[in-house]
Amino acid sequence: MKPVAFEYHSPHSLDEALATLARVAPLEGRVIAGGQSLVPAMAFRLVRPGHLVDINGIAGLDHLRVEADELVIGACVRHAIFHRPVVAGVLGRALTDIAAHVAHYPIRMRGTFCGSLAQADPASEWCLLAMTLGARMIVRSVRGERSIPAHAFFQGVMSTDIQPDELLTEVRIPLPHAQARIGFDEFSRRRGDFALAMALVQFDLLDGRMKAVRVGVGAVEATARRIEAAEQTLEGGMPTMDRFQAAARAAAQAVDPSDQPQVPAVYRRELVESCVRRALERALSATLPKLP
Amino acid sequence: MKQPITLQVNQNTYDIEAEPRRTLADALREDCGLTGTHLGCEHGVCGACTVIVDGDPMRACLMFAVQAEGRAIRTVEGLAAGATLHPLQQAFIDHHALQCGFCTAGFLMLATSLIERADPPDDQELLDALSSNLCRCTGYKNIVNAVRAASVALRQR
Repeated sequence: MKPVAFEYHSPHSLDEALATLARVAPLEGRVIAGGQSLVPAMAFRLVRPGHLVDINGIAGLDHLRVEADELVIGACVRHAIFHRPVVAGVLGRALTDIAAHVAHYPIRMRGTFCGSLAQADPASEWCLLAMTLGARMIVRSVRGERSIPAHAFFQGVMSTDIQPDELLTEVRIPLPHAQARIGFDEFSRRRGDFALAMALVQFDLLDGRMKAVRVGVGAVEATARRIEAAEQTLEGGMPTMDRFQAAARAAAQAVDPSDQPQVPAVYRRELVESCVRRALERALSATLPKLP
Repeated sequence: MKQPITLQVNQNTYDIEAEPRRTLADALREDCGLTGTHLGCEHGVCGACTVIVDGDPMRACLMFAVQAEGRAIRTVEGLAAGATLHPLQQAFIDHHALQCGFCTAGFLMLATSLIERADPPDDQELLDALSSNLCRCTGYKNIVNAVRAASVALRQR
């Protein structure tokens, strides 16, 4: 299939892009960055934008830097940049671990981190990261700028709080504490395919005990979310395999997976249990990357 | 509505007229006459249409031709130097890495971008990257062998 005809706009500045977007938003206008999810959806005519506003030609949207206590990721930062650690410590390692699961190599060369969040696929690794670590999404329009916390940003399957005239300009991820550990695990049937389940965990290891525990699960429900029951099982405890297993079981019981012929709910619960346990084990294994 | 688009492919200039909805893959085949780039799934899954854009492998079906203006595009037609095959093409023959040949152009461009990198990928990275493309003749082992051999050959030149 071929996409329906659309008008193409290639603004050279953010202001120009926002003005164009404001004008074409009522005419089924859409932003295109990497386009690695949008273009296939257009090819199948699942989406039929009348206008595409291409933000690839805007200088200064590919910023990636640490500002105060946040990692700031600009709208045009590609997945592939995370093949190598972009920040020291556990967050850099986690981003590298996760990036290896995002689609395939050529897709990672073109697709963007922020585009994944705007797309809000239930199986998106970056959406799980944003939810679990409590990222903030910065959106701009000619009306002004908004900062949206992750829990308010994701509203359902491929649905976010971004309004049609708004552009997601950057994502801000809080930097973990020096004592923090982060671990990720994912299961999919084929390499690079959509995940059937995944888990991301973060905790501070203080005097041998886990504090400020975050356990996130993705690809199982409409949006990724933190699992309070699993977090409470771990909070304040020592990181033992028994406790990890108990938390994993709690997560598996807490989720509400859809029941599909190819992927029965009971199977997905078992995957959640495995992913949470492995993510916790990964968090505990301490080798950290050196920055080049 | 059709608009003029200028593409730089294999260091040649192609002045074409195409609608914005024309994918790079279709523009290469239909407007530039470069039919070496194959189209399999047309939605980014199979990798048959992989070309190199500014040094990076990309799915030509997931990019519009108008977006590729001003960028250096390489396709399978640009690999050989006259009658002399690119080391990777020769390695594909030597290692029997192609059967029906439909996926071959995509694999060649994907692997070329990898082995020509200033920091060639280690074996794990290589396998991860090669998992991006599909071969339905099931010839992956020979493809991996060919790419490994070409990677070595290229660095010894």
